[in-house]
Amino acid sequence: MSSYEAFQEEDYSKRFDLALWKKVLRFTLPHKKYMILLAVFMVSLAALDASLPLLTMYAIDHFIAKNTLEGLPLFVLIYLVIIIGFSLVVFCFISIAGRIETYVCYDIRTAGFKRLQELSFSYFDRKPVGWLMARMTSDIQRLSDTIAWGVVDFVWGTTMMAGIALVMLYLNWKIGLIVLTVVPMLAIVSLYFQKMILKSYRNVRKLNSRITASFNEGIMGAKTTKTLVREAENLQEFKELTGGMYRSSVLAAVQSSLYLPFVLVIGAIGSGLAIWFGGSGVIAGTLTYGTLVAFISYAQQFFNPVQELARIFAELQNAQASAERVMSMIETEPEIKDDPQVLQQYERVHHPPQNGKQRGVSTTRVMSQQDRSVPRMRGQIEFCHVDFAYKEGQHVLSDFNLTVRPGETIALVGETGAGKSTIVNLACRFYEPTGGIIKIDGTDYTRLPLHWIHSNLGVVLQSPHLFSGTILENIRYGRLDATDEQVVEAAKLVHAHHFITTFENGYHTEVGEGGSLLSTGQKQLISFARAILADPALFILDEATSSVDTETEQLIQKAIDRVLENRTSFIIAHRLSTIRAADRILVLEYGKIIEQGNHHDLLLKKGHYYNLYTQQFVHEHEEVMLGACQA
Amino acid sequence: MGHKLKQLWRLMQGEEKRYWGAILALGFATVFVFMVPLVVRITIDSIIGDKPLDAPGWIVSAIHRVGGVEFLQHHLWVIALIMVVLTAGQGVFMYLKGRWSAEAAESMAKRLREQLYDHLQKLPFAYHSRAETGDLIQRCTSDVETIRRFFAVQFVEVGRALMMLALVLPIMLSLDVQMTLVAMAAVPVIIAFAVFFFIKVKAAFQLSDEAEGELSTVLQENLTGIRVVRAFARHDYEIDKFDAKNVDFRDKTYRLITLLALYWGLSDLICLSQIAAVLVAGAYFATQGTLTLGTVVVFVTYEGMLLWPIRHMGRVLTDMGKALVSIGRIQEILDEPQEDMLQGYPPEGHDTLKGELVFDRLSFGYTPDLPVLKEVSFRIQPGQTVAIMGPTGAGKSTLVNLIPRLYDYQQGSIRLDGRELNTYDRHWLRQQIAIVLQEPFLYSKTIRDNIRLSRKSAPDREVYDAASVASIHDVILDFEKGYDTAVGERGVTLSGGQKQRIAIARAILQNAPILIFDDSLSAVDTETEAKIQRALAQRAGRATTIIIAHRLTTVKHADLILVLEDGRVTQIGNHDQLMRQDGLYRRIWNIQHALEQDIADEIGESNEFYPVDDDSRIDEPVLTRS
Repeated sequence: MSSYEAFQEEDYSKRFDLALWKKVLRFTLPHKKYMILLAVFMVSLAALDASLPLLTMYAIDHFIAKNTLEGLPLFVLIYLVIIIGFSLVVFCFISIAGRIETYVCYDIRTAGFKRLQELSFSYFDRKPVGWLMARMTSDIQRLSDTIAWGVVDFVWGTTMMAGIALVMLYLNWKIGLIVLTVVPMLAIVSLYFQKMILKSYRNVRKLNSRITASFNEGIMGAKTTKTLVREAENLQEFKELTGGMYRSSVLAAVQSSLYLPFVLVIGAIGSGLAIWFGGSGVIAGTLTYGTLVAFISYAQQFFNPVQELARIFAELQNAQASAERVMSMIETEPEIKDDPQVLQQYERVHHPPQNGKQRGVSTTRVMSQQDRSVPRMRGQIEFCHVDFAYKEGQHVLSDFNLTVRPGETIALVGETGAGKSTIVNLACRFYEPTGGIIKIDGTDYTRLPLHWIHSNLGVVLQSPHLFSGTILENIRYGRLDATDEQVVEAAKLVHAHHFITTFENGYHTEVGEGGSLLSTGQKQLISFARAILADPALFILDEATSSVDTETEQLIQKAIDRVLENRTSFIIAHRLSTIRAADRILVLEYGKIIEQGNHHDLLLKKGHYYNLYTQQFVHEHEEVMLGACQA
Repeated sequence: MGHKLKQLWRLMQGEEKRYWGAILALGFATVFVFMVPLVVRITIDSIIGDKPLDAPGWIVSAIHRVGGVEFLQHHLWVIALIMVVLTAGQGVFMYLKGRWSAEAAESMAKRLREQLYDHLQKLPFAYHSRAETGDLIQRCTSDVETIRRFFAVQFVEVGRALMMLALVLPIMLSLDVQMTLVAMAAVPVIIAFAVFFFIKVKAAFQLSDEAEGELSTVLQENLTGIRVVRAFARHDYEIDKFDAKNVDFRDKTYRLITLLALYWGLSDLICLSQIAAVLVAGAYFATQGTLTLGTVVVFVTYEGMLLWPIRHMGRVLTDMGKALVSIGRIQEILDEPQEDMLQGYPPEGHDTLKGELVFDRLSFGYTPDLPVLKEVSFRIQPGQTVAIMGPTGAGKSTLVNLIPRLYDYQQGSIRLDGRELNTYDRHWLRQQIAIVLQEPFLYSKTIRDNIRLSRKSAPDREVYDAASVASIHDVILDFEKGYDTAVGERGVTLSGGQKQRIAIARAILQNAPILIFDDSLSAVDTETEAKIQRALAQRAGRATTIIIAHRLTTVKHADLILVLEDGRVTQIGNHDQLMRQDGLYRRIWNIQHALEQDIADEIGESNEFYPVDDDSRIDEPVLTRS
């Protein structure tokens, strides 16, 4: 997980945030039973822990001091029962705490993941994947860890200390009070040291993530380093970093090793006081030997939980930082979501789904339609005076108007930054206009359910994204209830069937993480099969700029023709053949349509499109000749 | 195993003193720890109680000197003070142990990190071409951390357990042999149990780790493919998929924790039974009169001190196993042979190159049976500009990578200024060659520092000039912080074209006698490329320049054009010469002709005909390709 560490060194808030912890604790509510059980076990553990010296005391006073073995078998029996009980309690509390840890972790993760599936694209534009991964993995882990084991240590520590204090006071309140006088001293020393140590460790972590980044740079840039002959300088810079790391780590370790002796000495003062005053009591005949020995052990035992408790408070601060980040992620409201009213209305009109199906326009389908749970979109898209800006004040589109007829194929061409992707993302409602409205089939699309819009959508991206799993599973992603035959049929339609069957395992071939075991062209063909299986009413194609070998190129071209049949489609086009085949070509510049029409008409104009076309023509032909050796 | 243990030992070299110091300090601390119960014993038995003093002579005489048992009885604070002082003594040594073992482990980690970093930089180009960055970083960070933690925490812990045993055994034996036997009975059992259990649990650890890995993969894929998920409205499907992995990870981790709970529960049972046995046996022997009360207390106390570190041995052994695995993974990197940087001509850095380059029947392949370059021969005069063109995979990059000796050739010869290339010292040679790689890398420094990397002494003026030639100067000035803008994670994100141009500026600033562009204008738009071309043309003659290019406009004005096809030079000459030959070069120029035809067909009218070698239509900056 170290690669995500780099995203973790944000600032820590210092004050205890009660409201935040209330939110976190809500996640423990479903496990209330276990939390209570855990507390019970921890209290009994502390009680048993505290009772062990009492047994020693009893043995000394009754057998050794009285010089008799009478009752020894019973004593042994009781001792054994306590030991077994102790071991059982140890087993139970660890597994219960483990249960809470893993289940709370699971719950928070589920909540986080669900939220991530709802958040708008703009959120993902702002948060890099690494940042999100760190929230979902290490932060949630740390949080649930603290919840479970923090409770363990806290309950055990406090009960233990309270229990011992009570037993001491019960055995002899005077000596008990004397021994307890060291507690305030201990509290002050612990607080002081823990604060210092915590700070040092944060510093170490920060440096650690810088070292990771440095290794990353050293490895990624190794080739450039060679050509610049910078090995020595790089190492020098790296040594400054490791030197700092050395100093910080040693400092943190030294502070920790300084803290321990303090606790020990304070503990010894407690024991010393016990022997001083307790011993005098024994001499005076007011105290038994056994009680004295018990006091000495108690005085030592009393200080064991202190280090644990101090650690919890330190960790609580770290956990709070994690909690802040995780909760802020879970509580982020999606910028694009359905108006509850719209949803309600939709439920009324369209459920049960059969009614909806009849309302859909049925056109000739390539694939036979089985129960479509949503009515079909006709595919008329209207942009009415649309404004859009990714960032306040930086308009990408302003007063943009466009009407697309059902079944029309629109090719968008123009420079990077001309607004091609923006138009497509707006049409899909991945973003919503900042001004004006967009209508689908004549209705303002914010009055339509998101799920309906997206269910009618098919998208093939420039760099096709596949999921780990088999080819079959990846194509079926387009329609989850598709039979194997339908998957194969879809693959045949986009001419992917042939290459798939050349694999040893055919459709059951694993594609690897992100599809890494396939070539780009193969991934593209599979993503076409996936899209055609979904049978969308609105199809989006962001054409790849990078070339694949000529043969695959032709297959892809055929696949595109197939997918475009009878569908409204937007193509961010790069290939001449696709552009030529479009019903309408929009030439964009700075968010404005500067030319539109079909290929023939636009060429006649000899304007922007003409220039663009000639340039692309040369480029594409060069590529055909120069790329001949590829693949 | 033995081999790896030796490696583990070798890592400690230079730190032995600190380690021995730490272990020794631990030993002294332990001595003090053991002394406290002895004090308690004497106090209970002879000072508070009425048993005769049973202690080494010097203690007896010390007690007499302060005023005898009588005095101490009434001044028990002295005993208390002794306890505090003894504990303070223990504290001092604990501190020293903590400090020294931290220093030793940290400087070991520091050395290891530096060694890895240095070694990775010096591994040959070929290694980095096939290396997996993620895996390497994992080894350099997590594996180093595993080893560091073992040395910082566990290593001394082994010493502690052994030291405890070594110290406590004689004391116990001197007090009572029978009791010692009782007290030690469970020790081998605990050790055996710990070892056995942690071997068994290893599989559960692994299962949990794997489940976590799968969970991360699903998460990562979902987040990177969120657009696909959304586009297919697969929200519910993804949640189910994630849930399956989430449940799996939860259950496997829970199972692991339950197993560990079993371990701690059982080992507690063994340890506590051992203490009970000591107590009961002590009580028995005491009533038999062979043991004093104080001695029983000592045994019970020692037992408590001794058992927990021993119980910990299982943990230590697992961690050692992990550390050994990590060492193996790191050693794999360190075993890769480094590139020899400093052998060859010139012995003492002097002279600069003229830049005359002769390839003579050179063949080269990354693997011997798969030649990439086949019998390549050509000559480049100092100061010439040479363009290399040809299909992807023809061997263009390979050819230029041979020049700074990023790879070494075996067949044929390359002579640089008349001397065989592989007799040059790599370090020196690379300083004489400025090369812009296909995918240039920028360091996370400011733009200014990134450009200046090639010549640290260059004044700002020259940095700006170089940036102007690379047509990036104005772009940089547009950034809020100009040349002081940081690049990389914490700074601006640059486009591929901008990165290439900064790398070009860096290469130009180097002022090297040989300048190589390995397809380094691919992400730059046509218009900017033309600008850079013009700027470079003005500098023509200053350095031998080799350009790999795809666009004809780039190639046309070169002094020499090499057409490389399938590893062979198929055409060589300048533009005019190549246009007179039938070959790839002319075929590409003929595309222009095809274009006229295509447009004429489409529009249905006859265009005026452009002569084939007229490139004005392409030279003219038009809208860039998107």
